Amino acid sequence: MSHFSPIRRSPLLAAYAALVFVFIYLPLIVLILYSFNRDGVGGFPPQHLTLDWYRQLFADGPIWDSVLNSLLVAAGAVALSLTLGLLAALALDRASFPGKALFRRLVLLPLILPGIITGLSLLMFAVLSGMQLSLVTVFLGHGTALISVATTELFAGLQKTDRSQEEASLDLGATPWQTFWRITLPNLKLSLVAAGLLIFTLSMDEIAVTFFLIGRDNTLPLEIWGRLRRGITPEINAVSTLIFAVSVALIIIWYRIRTRGIGAEAQQRLERP
Amino acid sequence: MYSRAYKTIVSAPPLLWVSLFLLLPYALMFAHSFWAVQDGALVHHWNIDNYRKLLANPLYADVLFRTMRIAASVMLCSLLLGYPLAYYLSFHSGPRKELLYQLVIVPLWVSYLVRGYAWKTILGSEGVLNGFLQYAHITHAPVGFLLYSPFAVVLMLTHIYTPFVFLPIYASLEHIPRPLVEASQDLGAGPISTFFRVILPLSMPGLLAGATFAFVLSLGDFLAPLLVGGSSGTMIANIVQTLFGAVYDWPLGAAISVCILLITLSLLFLTERLEKRWSFR
Repeated sequence: MSHFSPIRRSPLLAAYAALVFVFIYLPLIVLILYSFNRDGVGGFPPQHLTLDWYRQLFADGPIWDSVLNSLLVAAGAVALSLTLGLLAALALDRASFPGKALFRRLVLLPLILPGIITGLSLLMFAVLSGMQLSLVTVFLGHGTALISVATTELFAGLQKTDRSQEEASLDLGATPWQTFWRITLPNLKLSLVAAGLLIFTLSMDEIAVTFFLIGRDNTLPLEIWGRLRRGITPEINAVSTLIFAVSVALIIIWYRIRTRGIGAEAQQRLERP
Repeated sequence: MYSRAYKTIVSAPPLLWVSLFLLLPYALMFAHSFWAVQDGALVHHWNIDNYRKLLANPLYADVLFRTMRIAASVMLCSLLLGYPLAYYLSFHSGPRKELLYQLVIVPLWVSYLVRGYAWKTILGSEGVLNGFLQYAHITHAPVGFLLYSPFAVVLMLTHIYTPFVFLPIYASLEHIPRPLVEASQDLGAGPISTFFRVILPLSMPGLLAGATFAFVLSLGDFLAPLLVGGSSGTMIANIVQTLFGAVYDWPLGAAISVCILLITLSLLFLTERLEKRWSFR
């Protein structure tokens, strides 16, 4: 595709694309800029740059408690959704069972439906089954909703792997259990890491489902949400800037892993006779 | 090649889990919409009064129409921003393509809340935009109508969903065989005619997927209105959220949720059919 020459140079289109990039990034740049502004969020231009808001942020107990809560929930959600997503991907790839088409759609629903629908459904389920709303319900909600992401990523990973390796392993006398640990899982390593990172990021940022399942202890997004009602200070800009930085870092790692996976796959295809 | 035991072991746990924690909760939503509240307590008395209430009170239809207008505006705006961007990247960006692509998808995964909050600080009457307008002597007093309006909701959601819309469009543009485009030009079609008769029809599946995504997710959004919408920007999901919270009428809230769910699912179904019609492979 690289030899394809552009239809013609179009500065107008390029300028328009540049404007769209400005639209996408300007709010984020403003957000970051004002986290260093001594006089609060607002006013122009920002004057008296300071790190005070970051200092205040680092001394802010409730924020760091909520960060810890979010980390716990995200770690749990990654473990739960990867385990079930892996099984679901294997089932979709290799087993046939009644309702398979329905199952495939059902798993993906939380990704497609507005968060409020999934959040409220889970709330009703929690209340009916007598569960106290707490970080546990949030973890169950995230873990369940994100099976969709795990299944999609891992199913794509399975489709790329070479099934003859597993056949050979089974033919040579390994048990299905050994084959799973020694062939299937190692072949999926990149997909597992990529899916895990993505699920972690999504869980750390999730707010619509969490909103309805949260108990007394807040996750980080809910803690910020609560503070927004009391008015805005650059401390929120500071914490948002840090979230942004961490998200970007995780996404870049995720993207690297994925492209490396694609690169490896392309190479494999080249090396095959 | 896989034994029956293997197949059972891999399919049973996710099947059970998803039935219990996903299918059952969604079914509960349907069930609640046919129940009632008496003296502040839920009673499992089957009836269709909740749906009657929705039809009888024009307030619900009004808010639903406003919500659909907002969702349609978001869809249109994100298409107007996302499509040309995808087209530029796919056909005109040259060697910077990969970098630019990554620049679009990074914000895709960056916190909804962070992006919403950024708009709140920009649009407020004490906000950054007003500060700038007065600094540049364009206005002399703060402009108040920016924040807490349907406009702010559309702006914020467009900002969030433009990358979402971009992604499937870009993917379908990348799949267009380049010789088709060259052939169209060799046969004498100008760039505009080539775009409308070759490129646009072939990118239709991506365009539809992106448009549906933006519409559906905006339709059920309740956070943007709370953050930047104010009372004039209230959307249908805010009513649901109030019914589940302060008002405590879960059955009525569930009935509205079911309506949102049905609109969403029928749209997805429709898009899937259309996508199949438009796809060229």
